[in-house]
Amino acid sequence: MSKKEESKTPLLDELEEGPWPSFVTDLKNLAKKKPAVGQLLGQLEQSYEERWDHWLGTVINTPGYGGGIIARYSDIGQKFPEIAQFHTIRIIEPAGWVYSTDALRQLCDISEKYSAGILQFHGMTGDILMLGSNNEKTLEAAEELMEKGWDIGGSGNGLRTLSCCIGPAYCEMSCFDTLKTTKHLTDTFISELHRPEFPYKFKFKLSGCPNDCASSIQRSDMPIIGTWRDEIQVNHDEVKKFIGASGEEYVVDNVITRCPTKCITLKSPHPPFNKGGRGGIIEIDDKNCVKCMHCINVMHKALAPGKDRGVTILLGGKRTLKIGDIMSSVIVPFMKLETDEDYEKLVALVRRIWEFWTEHGMDHERVGEFIDRVGLGTFLDGIGLEPDPQMVRHPRTNPFIKFEKLAPPKIGGEPKATPNVVDKEIEGKETITEIQK
Amino acid sequence: MGSFELGGRTYQTDEDGYLVNIEEWSKEVGEYLAKEEGLEMTESHWEVINFLREYYEEYKIAPMIKILVKAIAKKLGPEKGNTKYLYDLYPEGPAKQACKIAGLPKPTGCV
Repeated sequence: MSKKEESKTPLLDELEEGPWPSFVTDLKNLAKKKPAVGQLLGQLEQSYEERWDHWLGTVINTPGYGGGIIARYSDIGQKFPEIAQFHTIRIIEPAGWVYSTDALRQLCDISEKYSAGILQFHGMTGDILMLGSNNEKTLEAAEELMEKGWDIGGSGNGLRTLSCCIGPAYCEMSCFDTLKTTKHLTDTFISELHRPEFPYKFKFKLSGCPNDCASSIQRSDMPIIGTWRDEIQVNHDEVKKFIGASGEEYVVDNVITRCPTKCITLKSPHPPFNKGGRGGIIEIDDKNCVKCMHCINVMHKALAPGKDRGVTILLGGKRTLKIGDIMSSVIVPFMKLETDEDYEKLVALVRRIWEFWTEHGMDHERVGEFIDRVGLGTFLDGIGLEPDPQMVRHPRTNPFIKFEKLAPPKIGGEPKATPNVVDKEIEGKETITEIQK
Repeated sequence: MGSFELGGRTYQTDEDGYLVNIEEWSKEVGEYLAKEEGLEMTESHWEVINFLREYYEEYKIAPMIKILVKAIAKKLGPEKGNTKYLYDLYPEGPAKQACKIAGLPKPTGCV
């Protein structure tokens, strides 16, 4: 670099070093078109120097909406006037994050017209983020987005934007229609999304199979994960082809020995071990399969999820904030999700969970934290679900646990009249409601 | 930081127009702030404001939305005890607008 062109952002430039791409390069390029972005880099550099953040949170809502705009003022706005007001609009993404080029061009145009031209695909919840509009332009952008058929995402103490994996659109593993379910739940609960009234945030994430590509188990309050309850489908010809291509040792080392419950066997093809001619085949003891997807992932032509498909519903996950991560645990081991009645059952369950949690939850208490505080027994009473040994935190890792009698959980039960919850009335009195004998 | 003049007094506000000193609030101040928000204050509007101020007086924080909604439901019935009703009164949200008019501090945004 020539001497007269000494960089104004030496600390940020460090991020451009090394083999990996950096947002700094992108923003520097964008700064040629948008002076605001140049100032954004300037403020960030100053923050790096001082190790101090210069953004102040404020509240901006488009009329009728109680959230969806992350409003930020710069507290050094006199030095960087172009970013004195620098807000982010959250936009609900299409289910599965599938876009037409027209849709993407629309977002680019609106982003260039009203804000800094920074479009993030996507935020951690799943929304599209449009960064860098001031007070007026934020509201104008929101208007134009909604005119073009987009909607503002969730924020604050309410339902957040849903997200799901690509599901049946592209993936052969998908055990239910993640896209349809995401759209259905979003439409059904759109009021809770736009007008926050929960103790704290609530997130759904939907994955078509236990690979959980939507990261639902760790990143959402209610994961809905596709699964099956019959046998894994085995295509014996494809198994033979796979062994032919990769060898038995590969299958043993990468599939057989990696089954968490040791329920998969590779039958020998060699006499006298091949008992009656069939050999070089996979046999799975499905009663001990915990649906980890590993064998299917490795031998994806030979193996596939079973035919009797549905979903597992979990509850209670959250990422790090205030306290550490919680992984969701199972509350409905299996339900079908195909007919309108199935969907109604799911919606009814969600409403019962919300009713109980919003009634007794403390300010800023996530569902998972609430369950930890009052206990799972009380919580199940409160939402009318019978406890079930399949309400697990994580799948078992040995095949020696057996259920004597498989009792399918009922999700249509009556909520217990007075669940034993410590009731904090707003008058300040603490009462423990009586446990019904 | 900003300010406004009313009845010969100067009131300090933050950059978004929220009153800095809640003790300085009066009904006239509330009406002024409502006008700034472009809102016509009816008795229904004041019901919400009064609840917010009473709650803040006792607990020194603004109530959670669900507590506000429940209190309104208790007082005025279930047709009014819901967020839709509150957003009809305060289109930019009870947390944002009603708190401002009531002289309460600005609510924190999304975390």
